[in-house]
Amino acid sequence: MSKAKLVMVGNGMAGVRTLEELLKISPDHYDITVFGAEPHPNYNRILLSPVLAGEMTVQDIILNDHAWYADHGIRLHLGKTVTKIDRFRRRVIADDGTEEPYDRLLLATGSNPFMLPVPGNQLPGVIAYRDIKDTDEMIDAAKRYSHAVVIGGGLLGLEAANGLKQRGMDVTVVHVAGWLLERQLDETAGKMLQKSLEDRGLKFLLQKQTEMLIAGESGRVAAIRFKDGMQIPADLVVMAVGVRPNTALAESAGIYCNRGIVVNDTLQTYDPKVYAVGECVAHRGVAYGLVAPLFEQGKVAANHLANFGISRYTGSVTSTKLKVTGIDLFSAGDFTGNSDTEEIVLNDAAGGVYKKLVIRDNKLVGGVLYGDTADGPWYFQMLRDGQDIHEIRDHLLFGQSHVGDVGHQGHSKAAAMADSAEVCGCNGVSKGAIVKAIKEKGLFTLDDIKKHTKASSSCGSCAGLCEQILSATIGGAYTPAASNRKAVCGCTEHSHQEVRDTIRRQHLIRIADIMHFMEWKTPDGCEKCRPALNYYLISTWPKEAKDDPRSRLINERAHANIQKDGTYSVVPRMWGGLTTAAELRRIADVAEKYQVPTIKVTGGQRIDLLGIKKDDLISVWKDLDMPSGHAYGKSIRTVKTCVGMEHCRFGTQLAMSMGIKLEKMLFDMYAPHKVKLAVSGCPRNCAEAGIKDVGVIGVDSGYELYVGGNGGIKTEVAQFFVKVKSDEEVMEYSGAFLQLYREEGFYLERTCHYLERVGLDHARNKVVEDEENRKALYARLLDELKDAKDPWAERIAGVEKQEYETLSV
Amino acid sequence: MADWKMLCRIEDIPQLGSRVVKSADGDIAVFRTSSDDVFALRDKCPHKGGPLSQGLVHGTQVTCPLHGWKLHLDSGEVVAPDVGCSRRYPTKVDAGNVFLEI
Repeated sequence: MSKAKLVMVGNGMAGVRTLEELLKISPDHYDITVFGAEPHPNYNRILLSPVLAGEMTVQDIILNDHAWYADHGIRLHLGKTVTKIDRFRRRVIADDGTEEPYDRLLLATGSNPFMLPVPGNQLPGVIAYRDIKDTDEMIDAAKRYSHAVVIGGGLLGLEAANGLKQRGMDVTVVHVAGWLLERQLDETAGKMLQKSLEDRGLKFLLQKQTEMLIAGESGRVAAIRFKDGMQIPADLVVMAVGVRPNTALAESAGIYCNRGIVVNDTLQTYDPKVYAVGECVAHRGVAYGLVAPLFEQGKVAANHLANFGISRYTGSVTSTKLKVTGIDLFSAGDFTGNSDTEEIVLNDAAGGVYKKLVIRDNKLVGGVLYGDTADGPWYFQMLRDGQDIHEIRDHLLFGQSHVGDVGHQGHSKAAAMADSAEVCGCNGVSKGAIVKAIKEKGLFTLDDIKKHTKASSSCGSCAGLCEQILSATIGGAYTPAASNRKAVCGCTEHSHQEVRDTIRRQHLIRIADIMHFMEWKTPDGCEKCRPALNYYLISTWPKEAKDDPRSRLINERAHANIQKDGTYSVVPRMWGGLTTAAELRRIADVAEKYQVPTIKVTGGQRIDLLGIKKDDLISVWKDLDMPSGHAYGKSIRTVKTCVGMEHCRFGTQLAMSMGIKLEKMLFDMYAPHKVKLAVSGCPRNCAEAGIKDVGVIGVDSGYELYVGGNGGIKTEVAQFFVKVKSDEEVMEYSGAFLQLYREEGFYLERTCHYLERVGLDHARNKVVEDEENRKALYARLLDELKDAKDPWAERIAGVEKQEYETLSV
Repeated sequence: MADWKMLCRIEDIPQLGSRVVKSADGDIAVFRTSSDDVFALRDKCPHKGGPLSQGLVHGTQVTCPLHGWKLHLDSGEVVAPDVGCSRRYPTKVDAGNVFLEI
């Protein structure tokens, strides 16, 4: 049987992205033909400005070269404009007579620049700014002429003006509104922008209406006259006053259009065999001009073209960033506000920084940043998530606290970093290398950056910096996914929350059942989703779901921590950091017997034996005769203690004994990520409880509990949770808090990230305020841990034997 | 001359798991997929020498335990955009017995 025929009209970013999505999910469904009016394969239109400014070449911005089309068996008609759709006989006809039949038609005709209807708008030297041809013409004009006038003070106009200025022209920007970028900026920010562009030599004429363009002796444009009678010289006029969806072809075929080709939530037009994506489309009355929403449309259209029929496009919130090197501005959502909204404003005119956040019902609905846009992606994420901001309102304007992030020399603002500065300290990736990869390889997401450069693929602490670089390089094309909707991994579209909910609602107890029910795209997942699914199962259905060792990463499978040379480290448990002479003697004997090369005291008050061969693990454990220290798991690690009232003259509580009780209660507890506790006997806090998941500080009248601290990738100070009187209450409150985290946390989310997502109030309501719920959580934790077994003892007894035995030939 | 050596029963290798074979050639990792295909690679990731046998198996790929590089089990090639490969050894399963050509 021959394949169905898909014809795409338009060879731009939205259309080709749709094909890419389609080929990814259903590579053999269609025989594909593409018509492109331009003579070039698909290129990154967003980067035309850097080409104009001389920072990049046309070759750099090609996204899909000819080989890509050939590799996917796509017939490509370049330089041919489709002039007719014969819907009755299902075929398209191009201006050169080429005909192609279709079963499905995808219209991606983009938009046309709007040319002001003034006399002289057809003169040579009057152009729009839309494609490679326009860009070439501007570059050429800059070599031969001196006076350029750009009509339109929007994003595109300013980028064109900046590029022409850099190419040596004398540039005047003419704008009809009272300030620049009036659709992206409020007046204050618009004026600041104008000032800094004037400092670079650009000239502005605001509130000017063009009356006519006047030809010179050669017939080329030579001057521009305004309605107030003013006239200035102009050898090149660039019209950047907006675009109109290109609907001519669709309209001529009788497909319903209304300020764009009208589509439903599946990107289908009024003709069911015809789909449309991109700037030519009107979806729920909105035509989008930024690439991020268009990519979302492409993904949905591809899903329906592949006959999967499971996704809907429901519209997008967009953000803007001007791509003029050295000028930092960002805006998103509703930044003007009205009587229902509140504003938080910072205006440092001398310092060139302006920030305005617009808030409605404790939610961020819009914002403008000028001069310091580092937190743009963070605000935008909150806006998309609809996150309640009242807890962080007092420091919201000062941005996401990057204090405590390590590994990139204290930088928190990508814009201020030199190209040679190291962004990712784990993998040694510089800012310049990331920018280069984004431009040359056409990267659009953080995941792309991870794959191609390895930056932020290890500890992830530089993910925020990478996002800033991405947003600075490709502007509004970068849209972070709403965090609560981020897919678990490439194997599925579903988020962690959806997976957790489905496991509970559908009572799923096997990984294969989740993958089947939730339509996983890969046969058995990957190293990212399988450990997550395994954890969700055993934490949701502890009595029913069976742990799958093959879905645990090596450390939790071997019950030791793999090192760079393939040997393992062994950390025996020392409750509360206490040990005995007999234990120390056994550790010393083991170290000698197995020639342990390195013995180290850990930060969690334990002893680490490094360099153990896997074949020796079981006999080492046997000789140690101590339980596992779980120093390898997403599990309870250690309870660090000070000497407390037992010995210390300042101690107010028995810190060691409290720590031991907590550690015994939590033994063998698995969690979304590792869990560390500390107990200090007085507020001097020698056990450093302020940077633990649960920190307990003894005071004369009882204990203070702190939660969500972190001392690793991100230093995060724990927040006060509750004050209690007795040891029993310490166990109950901290146990209930940890059980809440275990039941609600996403895999690999530390308590600090979990609390950042759900809010401390949520945890307080569930644990502190609601006594019944607290007791229920605590009871579930104890019930689950009452049969806890020491994994080392089990393996000495023969469990998972094949893991530790080698074969030979 | 390479020839077929009997290794173990297929059930001695867990599904989506692996075993390490000690050989004169160095360690060889033998993997079993969810569809009971068996593959063997030199137990060394081309990136930084990580023991592939300790990785997580999914589809016909394994993810190295050290830095998460992925390798195709059937070819030994690293999954793009990374590049490199690990030596592949032919395997066969006959009446539940696993053989390795070495």
